[in-house]
Amino acid sequence: RPIVTGTSVIAIKTDAFVMMAADTLGSYGSLARFHDIRRVVSVGSDCLLGAGGEISDFQKVAQHLEDLEEENYCYDDNVSLTAPQIHSYLTRICYNRRSKVDPFYNQFAVGGMITDDNGAKRTYLGYTDLFGTTFTDNYVATGFGAHLALPLLRKGYETLGGAQMTVEDARKLLADTMRVLFYRDCKTINRITFGTVDARGPNVNEPIALQTDFNLEEINPVKPIQNAEQE
Amino acid sequence: MSAVGVGYDLGASTYSPTGRVFQVEYAGKAVENSGAVIGVRCRDGVVLGVEKLIHNKMLVTSSYRRIFTTSNNSGVVIGGLLPDGRQLVTRAREEASSYKSNFGIPIPGKVLSQRIALFTHAYTEYWHLRPFGVSCCLAVYDEVNGPQLYCVEPSGECLRYHAIAVGKNAQQARVQLEKLNFETLTCKEAAIKIAEIIYQIHDEVKDKPFELEMSWVCDASQKKHQLLPSNVLTEVKAAGAKAAEEDDSDDEDDEDGNDAPAKKE
Repeated sequence: RPIVTGTSVIAIKTDAFVMMAADTLGSYGSLARFHDIRRVVSVGSDCLLGAGGEISDFQKVAQHLEDLEEENYCYDDNVSLTAPQIHSYLTRICYNRRSKVDPFYNQFAVGGMITDDNGAKRTYLGYTDLFGTTFTDNYVATGFGAHLALPLLRKGYETLGGAQMTVEDARKLLADTMRVLFYRDCKTINRITFGTVDARGPNVNEPIALQTDFNLEEINPVKPIQNAEQE
Repeated sequence: MSAVGVGYDLGASTYSPTGRVFQVEYAGKAVENSGAVIGVRCRDGVVLGVEKLIHNKMLVTSSYRRIFTTSNNSGVVIGGLLPDGRQLVTRAREEASSYKSNFGIPIPGKVLSQRIALFTHAYTEYWHLRPFGVSCCLAVYDEVNGPQLYCVEPSGECLRYHAIAVGKNAQQARVQLEKLNFETLTCKEAAIKIAEIIYQIHDEVKDKPFELEMSWVCDASQKKHQLLPSNVLTEVKAAGAKAAEEDDSDDEDDEDGNDAPAKKE
């Protein structure tokens, strides 16, 4: 049973970079309890990992990946975990745990840059979850975002140039999508971290707040009565 | 010397009447016969250097490593038998990793050096095991005590040093190291100094050709243990080679006995 949970993580991939966003809330049931849980972390020198679901499982997995990376660092042979490797590794452990009916109660988004043998760089974005379901795509969203955010990401991806999208456009797209999630998903807070991984490496920003307007007509279907009596 | 240990040197579990454990001392001899190892603890980090004697001209020198990283912020350099050394390195890596898993912080230098020392010492206690023929110099940069340099000897003795030299011609190296001012020394200066010392104590005639391997863990490397970056290494090697030449030219002047003008560089 998940106790402290995180909600959605959304991510988008272009030819030049992968961008990921998530809020920093750890919900204790429906109580917004922990306001500074980093759910997007960088792993190794060119990978980002984001997760929703049980926070303790995510922390365990992230710690384990960091230990593997430290082991790689010790061997000093310029081999380090890449995004597809991390994705595959997570899928395996998720599937094996679920087969023991003791899942890592998470949905993971794994993104990164891969350097081919001839030096060319490609981007990679994948999803894996508590069942061991796994796939790669140009945009992924976990949790509630899979229902709400994916259509918005799809539309944005097509209109803003797809694989040729600029960083600013992608950032705006993710911000708008996170805003919608904040309006509609009750287990979110307005404290968002963005993470980007490009040719220079991964970079996770400090949390920011998004501009919101709760007086918008779309989310206030019931108009306040004009001459309300003072109660 | 060969008569001294007779009868009491068959196993590490035997003392001699004079109170010496000969097997452990012989292990120390294995260290003394290997290439020189130098470590210096500076104001902003620790620098390790080793004279890798190339026994075989066909060796792919980049595959021959004597300096190993044991965790993000620590590394060891092996003086003595390299296979024994690798065993110690593996153990050090495991200790560092399990400490981090248990306590959440990178292993402090004091703890890591003690663990390696205890492990090395354990092998000096039993008849059926032989002591490690390794002196490992351990460089750690931790949050609590800053940069630290330890040396674990085959007997299991582990002490902290400002600077240490083991291996061939270590005594000469120590004489030079004692002149350094460790309070003000930076890692870059120390790296140059170590290279100069290694190049100077290397005997062109008697020893095989050598390659210099150096590493540091310092502020400049973000407190991570790494081999010296290639641009620094080239600079350091050049300084070392130059110092060795000056040394040689001084020797030549002495031999000739002429009043040859001293080469001013």
